[in-house]
Amino acid sequence: MKAPKSAYSAAVKTGKVEKHIMVVWVDNEAGVLARVVGLFSGRGYNIESLAVAEIDKKQKLSRITLVTSGSPEVISQIKKQLEKLVPVHKVADFMRNDPKIIFRDMALLKVISNEKKRSKAKKLCKKFDPVILDKSNKSIVIQVTALRREIDKLVSDLKPLGLASVSRTGAVAMTRGAEVFK
Amino acid sequence: MGKLFSGAEIVFKVLEHHKVEHIFGYPGGAVLPIYDELKNHKTIKHILARHEQGAGHAAEGYARSSGKPGVMLVTSGPGATNAVTALTDAYMDSVPIVCISGQVPTHLIGTDAFQECDTTGITRPCTKHNWLVKDVNDLARVMDLAFEVATTGRPGPVLVDIPKDIQFKKTKFLLKNKKNKKPNEKLNGKISNSNLDKIIHMMKKSSRPVFYTGGGVINSGPEASKLLRELVSLTGFPITSTLQGLGAYPGDDPMFLGMLGMHGTYEANNAMYNCDLMINIGARFDDRITGKVDEFSPKSKKIHVDIDPSSIGKTIKVDLAVVSDVGSFLKSLNKRFKEKNKDFLNSNKSNTSKWWKDIDKWRQKKSLGFKNSNEVIKPQHAVQRLYELSKHKDAYITTEVGQHQMWAAQHYKFNKPNRWMTSGGLGTMGYGLPAAVGVQVANPDKLVIDIAGEASVLMTMQEMSTAVQYNLPIKIFILNNQYMGMVRQWQELLHEKNYSESYTAALPDFVKLAEAYGCVGIQAKKPDELDEKIKEMLNVNKPVIFDCLVDPNENCFPMIPSGKPHNQMLLGPDDEKEISSEGKVLV
Repeated sequence: MKAPKSAYSAAVKTGKVEKHIMVVWVDNEAGVLARVVGLFSGRGYNIESLAVAEIDKKQKLSRITLVTSGSPEVISQIKKQLEKLVPVHKVADFMRNDPKIIFRDMALLKVISNEKKRSKAKKLCKKFDPVILDKSNKSIVIQVTALRREIDKLVSDLKPLGLASVSRTGAVAMTRGAEVFK
Repeated sequence: MGKLFSGAEIVFKVLEHHKVEHIFGYPGGAVLPIYDELKNHKTIKHILARHEQGAGHAAEGYARSSGKPGVMLVTSGPGATNAVTALTDAYMDSVPIVCISGQVPTHLIGTDAFQECDTTGITRPCTKHNWLVKDVNDLARVMDLAFEVATTGRPGPVLVDIPKDIQFKKTKFLLKNKKNKKPNEKLNGKISNSNLDKIIHMMKKSSRPVFYTGGGVINSGPEASKLLRELVSLTGFPITSTLQGLGAYPGDDPMFLGMLGMHGTYEANNAMYNCDLMINIGARFDDRITGKVDEFSPKSKKIHVDIDPSSIGKTIKVDLAVVSDVGSFLKSLNKRFKEKNKDFLNSNKSNTSKWWKDIDKWRQKKSLGFKNSNEVIKPQHAVQRLYELSKHKDAYITTEVGQHQMWAAQHYKFNKPNRWMTSGGLGTMGYGLPAAVGVQVANPDKLVIDIAGEASVLMTMQEMSTAVQYNLPIKIFILNNQYMGMVRQWQELLHEKNYSESYTAALPDFVKLAEAYGCVGIQAKKPDELDEKIKEMLNVNKPVIFDCLVDPNENCFPMIPSGKPHNQMLLGPDDEKEISSEGKVLV
C-alpha cells in the first residue's frame, strides 16, 4: 500500500525488541518518580513493572528498578534520557536474561476455600519460599517470592483453589557474587 | 543572629549574584511580593510584556542574542500556563531560561484555589528541571542551582515555583560558595588525543568531506565560531549549516554551501548525500535535516560532536561520537591538527578537487533562484533587498515560522553568531515579534528586524505595545501574502490544492494598526517602491510595522518533499507536478 503523503517521513525498521532491567539511583525528593515515569510516557517507552523505595535515609537515595522492553536503539535512548534527569545519580541497564543478575518479584495471595483446597494451595507454593502471614478458619494469606512468570503460573494454578485476591510488586534486582552495580 | 531576608528579597539577591540586568514578566496575585520588592533593586530592570508567552519569547531573544540566560517572572495559574509555549520552545532550541512563577500559598496547594495549577507538573516535560520551593530555607540554593542547570551542558529552560507565603517568609540569606552537585558535568567526557587523531586520520583519508554544523556552535559562545572558521580554513573542506547554526560561519564565504535540510540549497543537500565523511559539529540530525532516515547520506563515515549524550545515535548511527562542548572540542582539534599537519591545505588540494568540482556543478543549478517580477513583489526579492540595504548595520534578525522564515534563512546572509533568532524545533508562530523585543533590550543600539508573516505576527501582535512602552525601535517586516503560506504550500503539494482554512480573510490594516500602537506603519505594494520604503523603515528610530504585500502564490523552493532523501529535491514550481509520480528521480 502506498503511504499517505505527509510532512513527516515514514517509520524505519528498528532492531529486535528485547526485555531489559534498568536500575536507577535517584535523590528521594518530591516529584522524582513523576519525572522518571513521565519520561517513559512522554517518549513512548514501555514500563512493564516498577519497584521503588528509599535505600539510604541519610543521603536520601532511592533505588528504582524498572522492567522495560524496546529495540537496542530505544533502550540506549532510555538510559541516556534517564541519565540527563537532574536527580538521577546513575543508571544500570542489563538484559532480562543476563545470568549474572538475580530478580525477584513478591506476591501476597489470599486463598478463601475449604481446608483441603487451602492445604493444596500451600503445597503449590512450596518452591517459592512461602510464608503464611495470616490464617483463619476460612482463609490464608501466603507470601511468595519468585520470578514474574512463575508467579503468573502460580496465580492461574491457584484460581480453582479459591484464590480471592492478589497483590504483587515489581521486580527488584541484584548482581550475583561479589560484584555490585556500577 | 544575622539579618533576616524575605523570600522575595532572596530571589533578587540571587538574581543580583548572577548579574541579571533584565527580567521579562507580568504581575499577578501570587507573585506580588516579588513585584513589591522590585523597587529596591535598581540594577534589575523589569520589562512588562503583554502576555506571558511574549515575556518568554522575549527572554529567549535576549538569551540568544546576548549569550546570557533570559529571566522571566510570571504569576500562578494562567501566568504559568501561558509561559508553557515559550518554555517548550526554549527546551527544543536549547535556550537558557530561568522562569520564576508565583504559586498559591502552600496551605492552599491542592485545594483548587483561585489561579492555582500544578505548575511543576505541567512544566516538567518542557523544562530541564523544575522546583516547587516549599521551605524558604531552600530558596537561595534552588535559585542558584536553577541558573546553573539552565546554563551548563546543553542549555535549556528551568522553572522555580514559589508559593506566596514563601515569598513573605524570612530567613538568613546564605549563598554557599560550595559548588552544587554539577548537574551536567557528569555527562561531559574528556576529549582524548586518540579520538582527535582518529578524526584527523578520517579527515586525511576523505576525498568528499563536509562539515555539518548547528546551533551547538552558537551556544558554545563566539569563540567557538572563530575556531570553526579556523578549522575550515585549515582543512579547506566545504561547510553547511542547520537553520539554528546560521551565522557561526560567514554566509557569503565561498566555502559555505548555504543551509541544508528541507529548504536547504541543492549543493548543501547533495554534498550531504554524496559525501564520504560527514563531520557533524553541534547539530542533532533533526528530521527536517535528515529527510528519509534510511537513505540519509548512505556513503559516508559520520563523526558527531554534541554536548548532549542523548543526541548521539538517537536517529542516525555514527562512526565516531564525541560528547563535548563545541568550543573546547574545536580548540583541542585545531591545536592537534596544526601540530601534526602543517601545510595540509595545499597537500590535500588534489584530494578534494574533484569534490569541489561536483559542488560547483551543483551550485550552477542556482537553487535559490526565482523568477522576479516587475508587477508584484516577490518575497525572496523583498528579503534580498532588505539584506542588501541592512547588511552593513550588523543587524539582528528574528523570524516567525513559515515560508517567510525559510526565505529569510535562504536569502539573508549572516556573518556573526547570535544575529539570527528563529524558532526551529518547536516551530512557534508568534515567536519573532516578542523575541525582537528581547533582542533589542539586550542590544539597545543595534538594528533589530523581525522578518514576519502576517499570520504568525498576529499571534503575538500585542507585544508591539511593549516595544512602544520601552522605546524599542524594532522593525516588523511582514511578508504579507494573506495565507498561512507554508500550510498552503503543503496543501498544494500534498492535499490536491484543498486550501482548507489557510487563507486569512479580514486581515487588519497593518499601517493603521501600527498607528494605533503609537508606532510607524509603512506599506509597500510594488517592486519599484520597495527600496525606498525599506530605507524609510531603517531610518526611523521608532518601532515600525512594515506591511510588504507580496505575491500570494509564491512557494518556497528548493525543497525536499515528504520523506524523500537529500538527492531528490524539488527545485521550483516546474518540478511540482512530479511529486505524485512515485519512483521518479526528481532531480
